[in-house]
Amino acid sequence: MESLIAPFLNGTADGALLLIAALGLALTFGQMGVINMAHGEFLLAGAVCAYWTQQVVSNTDLSILIALPVAFLVAGALGLLLEVTIIQWMYDRPLDTLLATVGVSLALQQIFLQKYPSGVPVEKPSLLDGQLDIFGYAWPLRQVFTIVLALACLAGLGAMLKYTSFGRRIRATVQNRALAETLGVATRNVDRITFFVGSGLAGVGGVAASLIGGTNSQLGTRYIILAFLVVVAGGLGQLRGAVIAAWTVGVVTAYLADWTTGSLAQVITFVLVVIFLQVKPQGLFTVRTRGLA
Amino acid sequence: MSATEPEETPGDGPVLDPTRAGRQFSASEFGRSWGSLVGIGLFALVLLVVAPALLSDFRLNNLGKYCCWAIVAVGIGLAWGRGGMLVMGQGVFFALGAYAMAMHLTLESGGPDSIPVFMILYDPLAPLPAFWEPFRSGAFTIIAVVVAPVVVAGVLGFAIFKRRVKGAYFAILSQALAVALAYLIGGTIKLTGGDTGLSDFKFFFGYDLNDPANKRFIYTIVAGLLVVCLLVAWQLYRSRFGELLVATRDAEERVRFLGHDPANIKLVAFVVAAVMASIGGALFVPIAGIISPKEIGAAASIFMLAGAAFGGRASLFGPVLGALLLGYGRSTLSESIQDGWIYVLALLFIFVTLLLPAGIASLPGRINNYVASKRAPSQRGTA
Repeated sequence: MESLIAPFLNGTADGALLLIAALGLALTFGQMGVINMAHGEFLLAGAVCAYWTQQVVSNTDLSILIALPVAFLVAGALGLLLEVTIIQWMYDRPLDTLLATVGVSLALQQIFLQKYPSGVPVEKPSLLDGQLDIFGYAWPLRQVFTIVLALACLAGLGAMLKYTSFGRRIRATVQNRALAETLGVATRNVDRITFFVGSGLAGVGGVAASLIGGTNSQLGTRYIILAFLVVVAGGLGQLRGAVIAAWTVGVVTAYLADWTTGSLAQVITFVLVVIFLQVKPQGLFTVRTRGLA
Repeated sequence: MSATEPEETPGDGPVLDPTRAGRQFSASEFGRSWGSLVGIGLFALVLLVVAPALLSDFRLNNLGKYCCWAIVAVGIGLAWGRGGMLVMGQGVFFALGAYAMAMHLTLESGGPDSIPVFMILYDPLAPLPAFWEPFRSGAFTIIAVVVAPVVVAGVLGFAIFKRRVKGAYFAILSQALAVALAYLIGGTIKLTGGDTGLSDFKFFFGYDLNDPANKRFIYTIVAGLLVVCLLVAWQLYRSRFGELLVATRDAEERVRFLGHDPANIKLVAFVVAAVMASIGGALFVPIAGIISPKEIGAAASIFMLAGAAFGGRASLFGPVLGALLLGYGRSTLSESIQDGWIYVLALLFIFVTLLLPAGIASLPGRINNYVASKRAPSQRGTA
């Protein structure tokens, strides 16, 4: 590598992408306790949306901007469909949601593979073609865009949870479902919309992923386990924990990849996260409860 | 979400019966447990006598492959069905056994003091890596197949269970390990053969692997070991330990309050399951003739799990039958409809977890209940 800072910047961008995937999971897994293994395939759906909008809108800059909300809606709709058809019957069986959504993930991957055997070629927007000069390293603007996007998602999600009445209802449902119901919160609707938003975020992440690397059927698989680990390591339902964890994982993996090889870096990162979870099984930040263990 | 899991619904395998505390004789209990032994006997008869008599060499070899997955599934049934630990990374232990065996067979096929062909391709002068050297010995290999998973699962399980990591966290952690190991093997191509894996084995402990008679005998070893694993599981299930394990699955805190350490109970089940996965992996190698990261990664680990889920994880025979059926389905359906097989597997996952969480093993009971519920009102009507 030409510079010391290159892995740091690339890693930050990769961490940002991981963060967008993890944010959605922080909602569905952290807040609702649903383990959606098909979340990674919603990233894939986002990438496909980016490709589709490029077929309709030929201006690459404009099409990416259109693709973001489109991907949010499409992935969100997929998530909603999943919630209504499968997950709503399994809220009391978290491990079974895991298995059922593994099935969904297999099917979605296969559908993608048959439709686009060699992946979707998303054209990079011309506006993001440039580079930013940082300590002599030409940092691609596409990576800057990913970071901005991740921060925007984070701010949007955080503000929604904290300041809107819907966000309050989500938090109320998570903390005490029965009491929330007594207070007139339609918890079933809250569940559905939470799932919609969480899955939609994956769609947005998919658009960003399509700009950075190639998009093939393994995109979801590549991110899902790491995203889950990030959510767990950050502390369940804790956005700040997810941010720190995603960023750390991104940067550490990038430096490790520089020193060793790409696949070895993945292994070491996995092992480091697992060791970290041995030390702090509840993650970086914990909500203290009186529950046992 | 709190870290404590909701208790499993009744009907998901045997539930603790408080009246059994004194171990009094009960006729129905006697029939149930010894009935299983008769079942194992019949199963052994089919696998060891009927199947070899009826099937061609090719089909028998395929059946041997399914039996390897079935051995893994027995372990999964123990750890997941009875212990409540969703082991999504059994590929790790499968790999331990499989690569130990594959390294031995590779060295043996090359003859004494040989260096595997793929290593010579990368660097003709490279010495044999130190961790390959002991696998020249067949005895060491066999010991490694059993001891390696005990050590790895023991250390891992000790760390994980003592920290009270459970439920979904455990599942994701174990899956992450399988993914990491597959990456590791794929990335160290000069040491392990990488993504191409190890293949072209000629001898199995001195016997020619191209001889169909030898292949048939290897099948017999696999089928025999599957029966042994079933016997081990049967004995474990009816022992005090089996009851404690189910109790830990259903109410871990109560077990802790009674003075047992749930971590130790889970650890034993986890280690036994790991050893079974390793044995399955070791025997998979001479039968399939290849081992690569594809056979141990996330997708492969989930496939191993699917057999137990489909068959009925908490029952004795469920995981075995599920694994055999899925193995058969995988090779026949993926020949005839190719990509369609993935959809079949996907739908199976969805519908089994949605509608039949206790697997096909719960079907007879369900049908009985259904028939009884249909009959009861009509009898009352005619009386």
